[in-house]
Amino acid sequence: MEVKIYQKENKLSLFKLLKESLMDIYNSRFLARQMAERDIKAQYRQSYFGILWAFITPLTTALVWIILNITGTIKLTDAGMPYPLFAFTGTLMWSIITESINSPMQSTNGARGILTKINFPKEALIISGIYKLLFNTSIKLLLLVFFLFYFKVVLTWYLLLIPLVIFGAVLFGTTIGLFITPIGLLYGDVNKLIKFGLQFLMYVTPVVYVIPKDGIMKTIMELNPISPIILTVRDLILGVEFNSITYLVIVLLCCLPLLFLGLIIYRISIPIIVERLSA
Amino acid sequence: MKENDVLIKVEGLSKKFCKDLKTSLWYGVKDLASGIRGNTSERELRPKEFWAVKDINFELRRGECLGLIGHNGAGKSTLLKILNGLINPDAGKVTIKGRVGALIELGAGFNGILSGRENIYNNGAILGFTRKEIDGKLDEIIAFSELEEFIDMPVQNYSSGMKVRLGFAIAAQMEPDVLIIDEVLAVGDMAFAMKSFNAISQILKTSAVIFVSHSMPFISRICDNVILMDKGSILLKTEDVGIGIQSYFDKQKQLESLNFGNENINLNFVKIYSDDEIVDGIIEYGKKAVFEVNVSSNTGYKNVKVAILIYNMAQINVALYESSYIDIEGTNNQDFKFDFGKSFLSRSNYFITVRFDNFEDGKSLVISNYVNYRKFQVTGEERIVFAPLYLIEEK
Repeated sequence: MEVKIYQKENKLSLFKLLKESLMDIYNSRFLARQMAERDIKAQYRQSYFGILWAFITPLTTALVWIILNITGTIKLTDAGMPYPLFAFTGTLMWSIITESINSPMQSTNGARGILTKINFPKEALIISGIYKLLFNTSIKLLLLVFFLFYFKVVLTWYLLLIPLVIFGAVLFGTTIGLFITPIGLLYGDVNKLIKFGLQFLMYVTPVVYVIPKDGIMKTIMELNPISPIILTVRDLILGVEFNSITYLVIVLLCCLPLLFLGLIIYRISIPIIVERLSA
Repeated sequence: MKENDVLIKVEGLSKKFCKDLKTSLWYGVKDLASGIRGNTSERELRPKEFWAVKDINFELRRGECLGLIGHNGAGKSTLLKILNGLINPDAGKVTIKGRVGALIELGAGFNGILSGRENIYNNGAILGFTRKEIDGKLDEIIAFSELEEFIDMPVQNYSSGMKVRLGFAIAAQMEPDVLIIDEVLAVGDMAFAMKSFNAISQILKTSAVIFVSHSMPFISRICDNVILMDKGSILLKTEDVGIGIQSYFDKQKQLESLNFGNENINLNFVKIYSDDEIVDGIIEYGKKAVFEVNVSSNTGYKNVKVAILIYNMAQINVALYESSYIDIEGTNNQDFKFDFGKSFLSRSNYFITVRFDNFEDGKSLVISNYVNYRKFQVTGEERIVFAPLYLIEEK
């Protein structure tokens, strides 16, 4: 028979916590799927346009920059591919990253009502958040495929690697999100700060314009760990020169241990947060 | 599976809370930091903190049901949250064996837009069922909830009672070794409450149950030992459920009496005693019960019956003593003694409500009605049983 012991944590074994966390992720896969399904169904059942909304956000952001470019309001350096495609891939990847940063906090916050009443594997909340994210992303990928055909991009086998990069983007965002979540659940300020900060971050990331040839911005943008994610996706579409892939691999390799650390912190912090949550 | 293994063991359990939100959040950040580093030091009260649960010890075996009682804020819910693993203790240790089921807030996590059927899957998943298990139990759940007709309707259109029924029906499918129940029978109609009660009794046979309720009739029916909590500590731990319930009521404050009716009959006092050795407020079990009622009145009434309604501490009417016809005159200090014969009220405290009914032309009219006028006590019999009458076979 399973024995549970609850006490003031006096011996803290990171390895054991991680093992428990990963076990819970595995055991709660049905719960995670069920929660994601529930939220997706509920989200679209109460609206007429339903799934269309998932297309609208990345399209409008791309559209704004396309118009700015066409009208000559701002002069952008040549992107090496049709600008609409350039802007769309940028905003697509950007939205995946920001959504995955916000996802752990949103999912946990949305479960306040059950967190204070039922004991269930909390890791399921994170996984269900990722499921929802991947669902929305797959819709956007359909849009990307449409754009690829529309602009008559030469199709290569490299394109099949794009989902892998997207997976990396989710991994990267979730890792950051996990570190923010504990404090973010205690203080509302954090959520506001993240929204605020991401706005600025977008301008030092090659989302809607290319990295300048020289200057301080070049250094910052090249150091920005989000840049290689977006750049690699574009490289894969063009099928030439993979300049950023090394940096991308380094970033993702750093993410993996950090993700595990984030999971451990999440696991430790949940009881402390539940204590202070109003249901 | 042994018959009488200890399933819950609680040793020196304590938990502190903070009274101030901002401070509490800041302590939360500090606890996070120290939690990650691995805090092994003794926890002491920081400013604005208090012990919500302090030094709790008990054991519970399979087949036993512990009634956890206490007035609001006694720490019952906090204790349950620790036992359920939702929050961590600040001192002490809880050891729980087996699968834990909790009936705390039924239907938590229901999504209003989705149908009852979809919510069965969601809620079941949260409670730890697999899809296969739910598939197998679906019909049983729907039948138990008596919601066949509405199962495909969005849950937001359900009444609160229907939601509870569905929530209970899902939760009742758990086969826990340890079951934690927090005041879930108080909602819904009586018929369903009894159905739920039977379901719990069924689970009780094979598990250890902790039952929190303010309903003493339920406690007395289901529990075989009782812990009375007050200000986070155990005030009383007993296997005599009657004593536990009595102590719970003893902590209850006396209500102020109210007169519903006109002021024409003024109740000066009521003395309650039995036999020769008159001690006001005490009736001895099995001896006769005398109620001495003293009134003043401005107007005279003929054909008045004095009704003395006896309420137990749970405010349930357990007896009605009615006098024969008397006449009340328009003067002060009229004394009436009513002898109601042997009293077999069980040993406990009671409230009385005194009502004056005037009978005229075959109709009765309430003149004055003093609700919860005073308290009295029944003593004598050795055992405390939580029942209105305590009748013993004579041999």
